[in-house]
Amino acid sequence: MQTIFREKKISSILGILPETVGYFDDEVGNYSFPAKQTMRLKKVMGFEKHRLSKTGTTVFDFASYGLRYMFQKEWIDKREIGAILVVTLCPDYFVPHISTMLQGEFGLASDVLCLDIAQGCCGFLIGLMEAYLLLEHRKDKKIILVNGDVLSHKISKMDRNDFPLIGDAATITVIEQDAKAGDIYYEMHMDGSRGDALKIPAGAFRMPSTPETAKMIEQGDGNVRSLDHMHMDGSGVFSFVQTEVPPLLVHMLEETGESADSIDYFLFHQPNRFMLQKLAEKAKIPEEKLPMNLVETYGNPSGASIPLTAALNLREKLLADKYRCCFSAFGSGLAWGGMILDFGRLEYCEIIESNL
Amino acid sequence: MLEGKQKEILDMLNEIRPEFDFVTSSNFIEDGLLDSFDIITLISMLEEKYQKKIDGMDTVPENFFSIEDIIRVVEKSEGRN
Repeated sequence: MQTIFREKKISSILGILPETVGYFDDEVGNYSFPAKQTMRLKKVMGFEKHRLSKTGTTVFDFASYGLRYMFQKEWIDKREIGAILVVTLCPDYFVPHISTMLQGEFGLASDVLCLDIAQGCCGFLIGLMEAYLLLEHRKDKKIILVNGDVLSHKISKMDRNDFPLIGDAATITVIEQDAKAGDIYYEMHMDGSRGDALKIPAGAFRMPSTPETAKMIEQGDGNVRSLDHMHMDGSGVFSFVQTEVPPLLVHMLEETGESADSIDYFLFHQPNRFMLQKLAEKAKIPEEKLPMNLVETYGNPSGASIPLTAALNLREKLLADKYRCCFSAFGSGLAWGGMILDFGRLEYCEIIESNL
Repeated sequence: MLEGKQKEILDMLNEIRPEFDFVTSSNFIEDGLLDSFDIITLISMLEEKYQKKIDGMDTVPENFFSIEDIIRVVEKSEGRN
């Protein structure tokens, strides 16, 4: 899909973190690999620390914590909300949906559209796309976009390839009409034939969780996990990113008449430092334009990665001024896409820590 | 007897995975000697040792079957600025 959205803007971003910090140095002993070998990855991948939610904490908990904060601080009035979009891989239940749970929790009007979308790494781009489309029909309202995941509960703590990089977090983004906003270029690609590269085999209808699926199994590569856990085919995902994303960036820049020079910031999904460095090298993007510090600061929070990276690195700038930005995300699906837009002069931008 | 760059790369492989015999393996990936994280570790060591930037598109497992493959990747890579 390739299109242009008009007269839309992101007006506020709130990041919500759990308070618990897991340190890579402390977790090295959980893995079956020699410590020296594991520690080599620390600098290369950016493994330092990550945020971990408490057992039982859900995306609804993060979203309601954040929304309550936004209402209390008067970031937004409940009557301004036209829709709640929740993009997550971690539903509280199969039914009801997190978006309707939030509507009920805060007593929002019945004409507030509530929609949950199952998406991972590209969740922010997919959520923005839905918000822009909805605004065509609710021009006088604001859209609340929740991106959140608590994937640390679905990853084995004995899986060195997956656990150190993941982080739990949520973001809430407010999107609205703006007659003065510049065009927003959007492009999204999907390839379901490679979907097994990121997978949680058990736990839904195809393979319900059982004591059998919960058995921890040594995978032959030194990692230990069960069928209830998420697994990433590291080689497959890495090859996918390095082959699909550079041509995507070239195409986006060509279509918009932009260049690595004319874009102020490249705000990308944050899988790990190594992958982002290789992308920056390939696309000849100066590293100061492409923040790659989310994994070492909070961990990779899946769909919340782009807004959280923006709030972590550019908060003051985004509150003060507007910048030409290129967003790009890539991962589960497999999916990869991007957006080129003017981003900034936000009303609010903050990261808060919860007790979740 | 391996010499020069072959020996240097073998030393790196043995440092990453001391439990495996890289000399007798005909395919490091198919034989399960290197996984994706080992390749990333090796790339960072190669870049440091030879002051090269290995292209992201060359970091696919197919380029790491053997020491000769690895040497080819290093030799086609650009020098670091």
